[in-house]
Amino acid sequence: MFQKTLGVIAAAGAVAIMSVAANAGTLDDVKKKGMLSCGVSTGLPGFSLPDKTNKWSGLDVDVCRAVAAAVLGSAQKVKFTPLTAKERFTALQSGEIDILSRNTTWTHTRDTSLGLNFAGVTYYDGQGFMVSKKLGVKSVKELSGAAVCIQAGTTTELNLADYFRLHGLKYKSVVFDTSDQSIKGFESGRCDVLTSDQSQLYALRTKLAKPGNAIVLPEIISKEPLGPVVRQGDDQWFNIVKWTINALINAEEFGITSKNAASMKSSKNPGIQRLLGTKDDMGKKLGLSNDWAANAIMQVGNYSEIFERNVGKGTPLNIARGVNALWSQGGILYAPPIR
Amino acid sequence: MNDFQRSPDLPPPASTVGVVSWLRTNLFSSPANTILTLVGFYLVYSLLVPALDWAIFSASWVGENKDACDHKGACWVFIGQRLDFFIYGFYPKAEYWRINVIFVLLALLIIPQMMENAPHKVLLAWFFLIGFPIIAGTLLLGGVFGLPAVTTDKWGGLSLTLVIAFVGIVAALPIGILLALGRRSDMPVIRLLCVAFIELWRGVPLISVLFMASVMLPLFMPEGTNFDKLLRALIGITMFQSAYMAEVIRGGLQAIPRGQYEAAAALGLGYWKSMGLIILPQALKIVIPGIVNTFIALFKDTTLVLIIGLFDVLATVQAAIVDPDWPEVSTEGFIFTAFVFWVFCFTMSRYSIALERKLETGHKR
Amino acid sequence: MSDLAEKADAAITKPPPWNDPFIRSIFFQIVAIGLLGYFFYSAFENTLSNMSKSGISTGFAFLGREAGFGILMSLIEYDETHTYGRTFFVGLLNTAIVAFCGIILATILGFIIGIARLSNNWLISKLAGVYIEIVRNVPLLLQIIFWSVAVLQALPGPRNSMQLGESFFLNNRGLFLPEPIYGDGFGIVVIAFFIAVAGTIFLKRWAKQRQEQSGDQFPVFYASIGMLIGLPGLVFLILGMPLSWEYAKLGRFSLTGGTNIIPEFMALLLALTMYTAAFIAEIVRSGIQAVTHGQTEAARALGLRNGPTLRLVVIPQAMRVIIPPLTSQYLNLTKNSSLATAIGYPDLVSVFAGTTLNQTGQALEIIAMTMAVYLTFSLTISAIMNWYNKRVALVER
Repeated sequence: MFQKTLGVIAAAGAVAIMSVAANAGTLDDVKKKGMLSCGVSTGLPGFSLPDKTNKWSGLDVDVCRAVAAAVLGSAQKVKFTPLTAKERFTALQSGEIDILSRNTTWTHTRDTSLGLNFAGVTYYDGQGFMVSKKLGVKSVKELSGAAVCIQAGTTTELNLADYFRLHGLKYKSVVFDTSDQSIKGFESGRCDVLTSDQSQLYALRTKLAKPGNAIVLPEIISKEPLGPVVRQGDDQWFNIVKWTINALINAEEFGITSKNAASMKSSKNPGIQRLLGTKDDMGKKLGLSNDWAANAIMQVGNYSEIFERNVGKGTPLNIARGVNALWSQGGILYAPPIR
Repeated sequence: MNDFQRSPDLPPPASTVGVVSWLRTNLFSSPANTILTLVGFYLVYSLLVPALDWAIFSASWVGENKDACDHKGACWVFIGQRLDFFIYGFYPKAEYWRINVIFVLLALLIIPQMMENAPHKVLLAWFFLIGFPIIAGTLLLGGVFGLPAVTTDKWGGLSLTLVIAFVGIVAALPIGILLALGRRSDMPVIRLLCVAFIELWRGVPLISVLFMASVMLPLFMPEGTNFDKLLRALIGITMFQSAYMAEVIRGGLQAIPRGQYEAAAALGLGYWKSMGLIILPQALKIVIPGIVNTFIALFKDTTLVLIIGLFDVLATVQAAIVDPDWPEVSTEGFIFTAFVFWVFCFTMSRYSIALERKLETGHKR
Repeated sequence: MSDLAEKADAAITKPPPWNDPFIRSIFFQIVAIGLLGYFFYSAFENTLSNMSKSGISTGFAFLGREAGFGILMSLIEYDETHTYGRTFFVGLLNTAIVAFCGIILATILGFIIGIARLSNNWLISKLAGVYIEIVRNVPLLLQIIFWSVAVLQALPGPRNSMQLGESFFLNNRGLFLPEPIYGDGFGIVVIAFFIAVAGTIFLKRWAKQRQEQSGDQFPVFYASIGMLIGLPGLVFLILGMPLSWEYAKLGRFSLTGGTNIIPEFMALLLALTMYTAAFIAEIVRSGIQAVTHGQTEAARALGLRNGPTLRLVVIPQAMRVIIPPLTSQYLNLTKNSSLATAIGYPDLVSVFAGTTLNQTGQALEIIAMTMAVYLTFSLTISAIMNWYNKRVALVER
């Protein structure tokens, strides 16, 4: 009897609140909601973190804003869902979010067996090591027997184990749940080494009382291409996200910025015209309006602007472009042309 | 012969009055006690003095950014600058008044409950349990009466903590009552199911329940159905909480003398009528302190929702302390959080103790 | 009474089937089972279809695969090449050991603070009260984080460890103890110890019997201690001390060798102990206060001194009030140990429902196994405490 009552209550509640996602494509869904649901990290400096006006900001966040600007015409129409490492793929699979932009490494397993598609790379990262200067260590290979602080992640722990085993080094891993805990562990001397994606090491170093006392070792032991992820089986949506990223990179190549995008529309360069929607129907082919890329660039900026604003030289993270520079400037960012 | 003259009362011996005697009886009554007292004083001194110095005298109180803190003491500037975030989360600034209205309403409803003889106490209590959640929910969500809609992803900070705790307790109460009645039912199947339900939820840690609600609940649902993330967490917490609530209420049911049940039956009342009119009103009154204690436990446990990416007050503090703009503020952040929780829980536990005293009918010495 | 009247009676009292309480209850129970069955069936079907749709693999085959990650502390032999199944046992044992130690320490500390709360020394009683009110009203997660920071900051680096002789070292990498290396024949010493245990039990029975018959007391306690230490010790000496110690030495980064108690364990144990002790103290206080004053007066009248009054009269009676709430505190402590994940102590949730789950993605199986473990722990503790409760319960005529 009680179970029955419970069941009725639960069913009524479920019917009232459950939103049954249409079987139509993600694009129609997003347009109908007028809102892009974007999964981000719960707090990762430079990538997704609530800023001092209590709004999400960061590189991963800006990728979502760019997609929202391209699809809905406004970079503000994003609903951010903070996700932990464990939840992120289920949230995408179950349709809770439309795009996962959460510092996620593109790997073979994830791409093939989790029902996911990686839409591109927005930041090329790699796993690095930070040690205290007074240890006098110059290379990872001298770290045998060290205690290593790690943040509980998916690939970091495995990379570490693989690398140390390959080189016959011994180690003890101290696994922390949050970055704040791991930097505390490092600072108090609980471990000799802190390992994480290099972008994070720079961010964490700023949290030390004396940042100058720690150095980031030059070795990078893994490739961590980070990028946004979408569900498999919706090619149109996959294309939209993929080409929004390409548009941001192409915009940097053409020198289009958020400031000059409006005036650039009258440019004679056919490549710029195609990108900004004044020539050919590039947006139509994606199922969007032709000013999709122009909207994204004007409201969020090109790749360079996004990078510099969130992780670049002017920020506390102070990361150089490095491999994340354009292919023409010594990096490996190479977006296919929009034509 | 002289009349007997009553001489004035002698003052009590000097050793039983005054500061000195108080000290002697309460602090230095025996050598062992003296040692204990001295050790105690030393402990207090060595802990309290540096703590006060750090937290008050050497602390930085005013400023705009990290430069205002010299890190000789606590950097309360950080808390001041991000206080909005800790209280309102991502809620739009223009709509803060809605949360403030709810806070005021909450205070207005709670204060009469704490007073000895406020008018319409019972009526207000019912309003608190039924009317208030509806009003608060409408205000928070918006989307009607010209209020702009604010989706749950914008909720956060202390207001979210309170929402979770409040919903957890209000929703768990009816389910807990049903479970408690079910556990004492004559029907073996129902009894067995209720016992299994209660023991299952009580036997597992809340973080695994939350994780299940957040990650695995979508798997159990038909394809394409989607719950709000906050709602999923609330379902998990309510299930967990109702099991504890059921045990508290069962305690109350057991304390009702058998005569009451028999009297209700003798009056010809059916099961639901005798429960609703005779047994439950008495049982629930006895267990109010127990319910408040469960609520305190739940309130502290709400910090665990950060494990599934909800921004309660602790999660907002954690997000703020990893901000590279504010180095070395984690101690301040955690102490602030601890203080917030302490104020709430301590007040509630005092209330619960006072209630217990009031309900005490004096069997003990 | 005639047949007719009987029939009439039956006709009056016999209600129609839909009003018969018995039939009604059967009906409701069937409905409940049906609904529950349907609920489980549909959840099961949905899960299967959702999982095959999103390409999530199922089954327990993953337990046999190589884990490939290291774990900081393990009571059994473990390294990266062991299986995921083994990470389960490593996590399980780590949870069990912290819960076990926590329960014992929290009980001791809780009793001390609870008695201190009733002390006639004003300062001590107030200090205990302040302690209880602060600790009880702050979320445990915050306290765990606090203790982990406090422990790490209080301890020196590996190069300036606090040490006791050449064998015990304490630094922020943990407490380093010499590791015993068992030689041949050490098993016989263990056997000797068990014989001594059996002897102690026998001795206690015999002494009790003798006391009941003659009133003479036998110093069972000292005799037992002597037997427990003496017998294995003697065997140990006769066999030529088949045991050596491996000491920790300072290596490149830290101390190597020996056994090591990691600081995360200490921090978690401290936090759990301090937190639970505050609750136990309140339980103990109210338990002792529940023993009526007449009992103490009666004990005094019999000529018992303070110590024996507390030990023989008050505590045994208070225990009856204390045990049930104490049991739920033990359960809470065990479940709360799952918060270890916040500070990097490798317990079941951190290792198995954390790293292993992240790497295999098999949430359903892993969470089910984790919950099953906690459920088993809870039921075991409940069972033990219920058994103990029955033993101390009031035996009435």
